[in-house]
Formats: sequence, structure tokens, C-alpha cells
Amino acid sequence: MNAPEQMKQFRHVGTRPVRPDGVDKVTGRALYSPDFKAPGMLWGAILRSPHPHARIIAIDTRQAEALAGVKAVATGRDLPTLESLVMHVGEGASDIVDVSHNCLALDKVLYEGHAVAAVAATSPEIAREALALIEVEYEELPFVLGVEEALAEGAPILHDNVFTKGVDPKPDKPSNAAMRVEMGGGDVEGALASAAATVTGRYSLEPVHQGYIEPHACVASWNGDGQAQIWTSSQGHFSVRALTASVLAMPQADIRVTPLEIGGGFGGKTTIYLEPVAMVLSKKSGRPVRLAMTREEVFRATGPAPGAVIDVRLGAAADGTLVAADVEFLYHSGAYTANDAGAGVSSAIGHYRIANTRVVGVEVLCNRPAAKAYRAPGAPQVNFAVESAMDELAGKLGIDPLELRLKNAVVEGDPQTTGLPWGRIGYVECLEAAKAHPHWSAPLGPNQGRGIAGGYWGNYGGPSTVNVSVAEDGTVTVATGSPDIGGSRASMAIMAAEVLDIPYERVRAVVADTASIGVSMVTGGSRTTFATGMATVQAAEEVKRILCERAARIWGVAADQVEWRSGEVTCLDGEKQGQVMSAAAIAGRSFHSGGPIAAVAALSAKGWLPGFGVHICDTEVDPETGHVKIVRYTAIQDVGIAIHPDYVEGQIQGGAAQGIGWALNEAYIYSKDGKLDNAGFLDYRMPVASDLPMIEAVLVEVPNPSHPYGVKGVGEVPIVPPLAAVANAIHAAAGVRLRDLPMAPDRVYAALHPEG
Amino acid sequence: MSKIRVSTTVNGDAAEFLCESGSSLLDVLRDTMGLTGSKEGCGSGDCGACTVVLDGEMVCSCLVLAPEAEGRTIATIEGVAEGSVLHPVQQKFLEHAALQCGFCTPGFIVAAKALLDRNPNPTETEVRYWLAGNLCRCTGYDKIVRAVLDAAAELRQERTPA
Ligand code: FES
Ligand code: FES
Repeated sequence: MNAPEQMKQFRHVGTRPVRPDGVDKVTGRALYSPDFKAPGMLWGAILRSPHPHARIIAIDTRQAEALAGVKAVATGRDLPTLESLVMHVGEGASDIVDVSHNCLALDKVLYEGHAVAAVAATSPEIAREALALIEVEYEELPFVLGVEEALAEGAPILHDNVFTKGVDPKPDKPSNAAMRVEMGGGDVEGALASAAATVTGRYSLEPVHQGYIEPHACVASWNGDGQAQIWTSSQGHFSVRALTASVLAMPQADIRVTPLEIGGGFGGKTTIYLEPVAMVLSKKSGRPVRLAMTREEVFRATGPAPGAVIDVRLGAAADGTLVAADVEFLYHSGAYTANDAGAGVSSAIGHYRIANTRVVGVEVLCNRPAAKAYRAPGAPQVNFAVESAMDELAGKLGIDPLELRLKNAVVEGDPQTTGLPWGRIGYVECLEAAKAHPHWSAPLGPNQGRGIAGGYWGNYGGPSTVNVSVAEDGTVTVATGSPDIGGSRASMAIMAAEVLDIPYERVRAVVADTASIGVSMVTGGSRTTFATGMATVQAAEEVKRILCERAARIWGVAADQVEWRSGEVTCLDGEKQGQVMSAAAIAGRSFHSGGPIAAVAALSAKGWLPGFGVHICDTEVDPETGHVKIVRYTAIQDVGIAIHPDYVEGQIQGGAAQGIGWALNEAYIYSKDGKLDNAGFLDYRMPVASDLPMIEAVLVEVPNPSHPYGVKGVGEVPIVPPLAAVANAIHAAAGVRLRDLPMAPDRVYAALHPEG
Repeated sequence: MSKIRVSTTVNGDAAEFLCESGSSLLDVLRDTMGLTGSKEGCGSGDCGACTVVLDGEMVCSCLVLAPEAEGRTIATIEGVAEGSVLHPVQQKFLEHAALQCGFCTPGFIVAAKALLDRNPNPTETEVRYWLAGNLCRCTGYDKIVRAVLDAAAELRQERTPA
């Protein structure tokens, strides 16, 4: 096995070949979710609640059913009644009852846009017409949008069966505080009282959307014999299968999910919204049914990242040594219990060595769409507060902000917030790289300032299945169960080619459907190159072993008398010494010498390591308008070993851009009556090309000793530091500390002109 | 309601279709003609995933009514390559890894080609502003802009051999 120390000998790892699915994607041939059609397909549409919180008294679907061309109508009553069951699929845990009720509301609607009923018809026009004929009688209920309001005495309670988890004893009243997580230790108050310098601040963020450009869509076909097919794009088709089967109370193997190309997910496509509804409509109509969301539906009904209110107190000794951190935050869960508080707590301050800490996070239910994972879910919000506070503390202490971070940065062996020791991490290496980078010392222009922030994400491993098979001509297919969102077919092909020491072009990587490969967890948690990559390496190693064994058998020599060299088997045995046999020669005879050559690796990958990043941002603040321009941006990250550096850089650049959007522009805006006011790309303003400079991605390689090629997850880390990096750069440029995101021109202007 | 018959030229070939008066050109391209390379990211003119060239002008096909295409010439992503030979913009997108999920890619390529057809030597700023109507959520635009600048350089070399 190639140990990371031998990285210099890599033939393929670290190269930048064209991805195998590239031509399809630059010519418009690749099939994404909304592109798929099945013969005889009907067009579905979903009726959504106009109210943020209401009881459903009655739904009358008779007129819709009577409309010519309508073949099926469904409501929440068409989904089976389920027992509460927390499932750990997708990214984080979800109660299957919540998943079901989010797909189609049963008794109550919990946010504007909540799905209430669905139709399938012979054309999209008829389907839409039918929606207008469905009569829903609602009893409107008081609603609540803000996290603090939701916890106030007398606030409307979303679920009367939710009692705050994580508090002892169990509360006797239901609450919108769905979960409380606390970590830490030591004497925080004592340490803060005796600290040479302290900072205190309250920070806030609005929910933001993942913003994938491909809206959700699927086609479902449920046959009379109980077997079904679903074609959809997602971050994990096995999760789609597990969740859909559970919502419909049917065997998982009766659903075959075929993954279509996915047009972005960022965590938001780790759950299901449409599939069970399309299944029910298909069952009722006896035909395949397509459901597809409009952009407006995506905004109103799919998961944003939680907004937050965060209180931070930090204390340091005069030399800059951090002595105490107290962090407490409330995250928007939206309509159902979300999963961000735990990760927020564990990633709040773990990048610094601090003796006395207290970190508390609370998931708060409110009448907004159910929060879903968004790239490093739960980390950017709290990091914004902590890294802004670090900047402020550096100012108070008169210490360079980079030096303050270096002084306190964790290294291997230091305890995490959980108490466990850090493994081979690279925060210090990233900070050193930032210090040495020309950007850090470059001159600034008028009204410009430079900010820095550091952060990390824990990453993940988990279950993956890979099948590596050799065709009769010696070419190789790598089949995985991991959707390719950003070049993973290329990295799998690189790793298999590396193991087998054959040209990259002789390996083809595909994403197989749920009936064609074993279970694999979502492409999420920055796990695919690590975990599916580990399975690819393991299966390719086994294929190599089989090829050697077959060659030995054909030569009639002992198995230890052959060796794999340069993609071929070489004989070491006396008589035949030096003879070589290619994979093609072996595979071409495989039918008569032991059968086809293939190996499956099904594993749950362990030994993942977190990724750390340090971002440097230069802003120019227009004193006349409050407009903030990003003039230069450098993102430095420990990536373990970059398998395909282009796609690693791409992850870093894309994550940084999303973070910049979160910092400066993006936010859900609600009207007084609880309705989303900016459910479109015109008013929900994501960064465009003219908003950004080039984003320099600097790859620091501190290999992960637990991965055959040293891989660490890279996709999520880069959205963590930008929020504070931008805020700190605005402070440096204009002398104002903004603690509320987004830092849109009106807010910056108001901060610059406090007299009003 | 009776449908409207429309005659057009799509990627160089005569094409006829029937549509509702309110159908968008994008819907007809995708659902009637099976040209699903043009994507719908928003349906409101804000993402550029549906970009096509109509009589030489770059447009969001989601904002064009299908009957307006009568007698006009439409170029979509499916017509950018010549047979199996990729256009330099497509080739450079691959070489620079200017796509991650690839959903925005057809729109960017059609838009970038339209830029280079009229301005063979754009600056980085010109590329960024020309492409400001195309949203990409994956890449942060860095590699897209580099790919377009590199494609421009390659096209210029072809035009004026050194
Ligand atoms: S789909 Fe036409 S601009 Fe977005
Ligand atoms: S590559 Fe995914 S939106 Fe651009």
C-alpha cells in the first residue's frame, strides 16, 4: 500500500486529468433530474400552504379529481401513519414522522410553502389548473419566526410532543427549544474575571439557502406488483431509497433509485421532499409521475441553513494566551428539529487551546422551512462570532490577529471540545502559510482593509461500497454508490489507476444505482474522496491480487513468484523469470482460469480527520454608499493530499464564494404576515462573477496517515472562515465592527454614519 | 385552445413545433424538442442556465415566448460543438475544471461563446460583467473566468497565426 510519505512516487495522485463525465456536461448531454422523462409519464404539481402556521380542517379534492386529464390527487392522508423513528441517513438524524409530514402536511402546516396536496395530470398546465380547484379549509394559528421570540413565554408552540432534549430532568411542558447541547469545562467565570483582556459580543445571522442551481425534481413509477423505480438527483440515492421506503412503509429493495446527474446540493439534497409524493401519485394513477419544483418552491419549501443569535465572551492573558471562552447560541431549526447545534458546539472554539470553556447550543423550532444541512452545517454561524471576537481581542491586546491565532492554535494531541485529542491536523501549517503568503503583507489602497479568520470542519468517513471490475481487454470499471457532484468520478479513477499503475484513461468510473451496488452514504460530510476513495483503493488492491494469482496459475508457479510491476504481472520464478503478463492477457483468459475478475469493497471508513482553513480577505468599503467590494481573497487549507488538485481548489473557491455571499448579501426576508418576501434569485442575491475577484486557493498538504493516499475531506471547510474574514476586513477598512449578517450596504452605511 | 405552429431553425436545422401561446422557448426546447441541454434554474431571467442565442443575440430562453421564435434562428448548447469536435470554450472548461456539478455549464458556455464571437480579446473585468447574468453556485467563478480567457487566447491564435 502506498503510504503518504511516499507521495513523491505517485504517478496519478496529484495530477489534473479531464473528468470522465466532462464532455457530457459541456455539450448539454448529461441528464439531470429535471431532464428525465419516462414513457407515459404524468406531470405532477404540489399545492402549498399560504399560511405560516395553521390547522388543516378539511381538504376537498373532488373538483380537482373531476377535471379532465387529472389522474390522481394525494394529501397527507395517503401516506401511512408512522411510529416515531429517528433515522441516521442523509446528513444528521431525522425522525421519519417529520420527514413524512414535511413531504405532505397532515394536521398542521408549519410554514408558508408547506406541501398540502398534490396532483398528477396529463400536462403541466392541467396539473396547475387542478391545484387551483383544491379547497383547503385552514384555521390560522399564531406564528413565530425569530429564535428568541420562539422561546419567549406564551410563544406559539409548533409541536406539542417536543420536549427539550438534552436537559435533565425532562421538562414537563412542550417547548420550541427542541434540543440543547453543552460542552466544556473549567472555571469560565473565574478565568474571565482575572483575564487581562476580555471581549463580549452578540452576533446574529439570517437563514440562507444552499442555492444549488438545479431545482429538486424526480420521476417515480410504482408498479402493481409493488416494485418501484425512482429517477432523481440527490446527494445519496441510498438515502432517498431508505427515507422513501420508510415514509411509505415498504421494503427498501422494492425501490430502485437511479441517480441522475446532480446540479449542486451543498447538503440540501441529503433529504427527500418529492419522492414519496410522486410514488403515491404513481400508485394511484398507475403511471410514472414527475414532480419538479420551481425556484420559488425551492426557496419556500426546502431547507435553508439556520440563522442564529450568538453570544460570545473571550478572555486572554496579557501575552495573548486565551484563558476562557463562553459561547451560547440559538439556531433556527425551522419547522422540525434540525441537526446543526451539535456540530456548532463542537466546532465553535476547538481550533484554540483554552483551559476554561462553556459552549451551549439550542435548536429552536419556528415557522420557517425545516433547516437542512448546508456545507459544514452549524459551523459557519458560530465561527463568524468567535473569529470576529478573536479579531476584537487582538485589537484590545495590541497583538497581530494572525499571531494571536498562532499562539493559541491547536496541534496534534491537544484536546478537542469533546475532550478527545486532535489527530494529525494542520491549523498551524495553514497559519504559517498565511503569514508567508505575499497577500498577507501586500500594500492596501485607500478605504481598504485586510481581515483574517481561521476555522475547521470535522469531516466524516462512513459506509461506502465500490466494485472494481476488469473487462476482457484489461480496461477497468469503478462503480460506486456515491453521486458525483464535483469531480469524484475523476478522483476515483485516479486512485484506481494509481493502485493498478495503469493509464487514467483505462479506468472508467461510474455512479451505480441502488440495485447495482451496495449501500453507500451520501456525498456529504466531505466524505466521498476519503471514504469511497478508501473503498476504491481497497477493491483495486484486491483486483491486483487476483490478477497476480491468475497469472501465477497460468504460468504454473507459486503465487509469491509473481509481482505487480507497471500495470503488469512479472514472473520471478527461475524458468519464466522476467516474463510479463498484461491485465488484458489475464482477463482475456479469465473465463477458463477462474472466472471474471472483480472485487467489491464494502466498508465503513474510519480515521477521517478534520480540515482546517485560514482565509485572508481584502475589502474596499465605499464611505458614500456602504458598499463593500472584495478586492483580493486567499483561501489556505490543509487538504491532506489533493487527489485532483483542480477539484480541490474548486471546492475551496466555491465555498469561499458562498461564504462571501452569506457575509454580504444573502438572507431570507420575511413579511410581517410570516411569508417569505424574496423567494427568487432577483431578491435573494447570490454572488455573480462581477462581484468577486479571483479566489486564490492555497493547498497545504498535511497527509492523513489513516488514508492510503493521505486524503482529508475538503468540501465543507472553506465556507467556515469567510464570514468573519469579511467582517474583520470591513473593520480593518472602515473601523466599524458589524455583528449582524448580511453586511449589506444599508447596514454598513448605518454603521459608518451612526448619527443617522 | 388550439396550439400555435412555429417554424424555426435550431442549430442549423429547420425545426417546426406546436406550442401554447404562453409557452416559453425554454419549455419547447426542453419538453417538445428534447433539447434538455438548456437548463431551467429559475424561469425568471435571473440565473442564465437557459441561455441561447436567438438571431445572434444572447437571451434567456425562459423569458422568450415560444411563438416569438417564428422565422428565427436559435443556437443552443447542443450546437456549440462541431460534430464531436468541441469548441475551444468547451475544451477550456474541461481543461480548467471550470465545472463542478455542471448544471450552469451549458448557459455559461453559450454566453461565453457569444462574448468571444463579438469580442475576441476581453479583459477579465469584461468577462466577469458579461457573465454576470449567469449564476454558478459551485465554482466561485475563478476557473470559469480563466477558462474563458484561455479560450479567447486560443481562438485569437487560430485567427492570426504567429
Ligand atoms: S432559467 Fe432562464 S434565467 Fe434562469
Ligand atoms: S458548476 Fe454547479 S452551478 Fe456551476
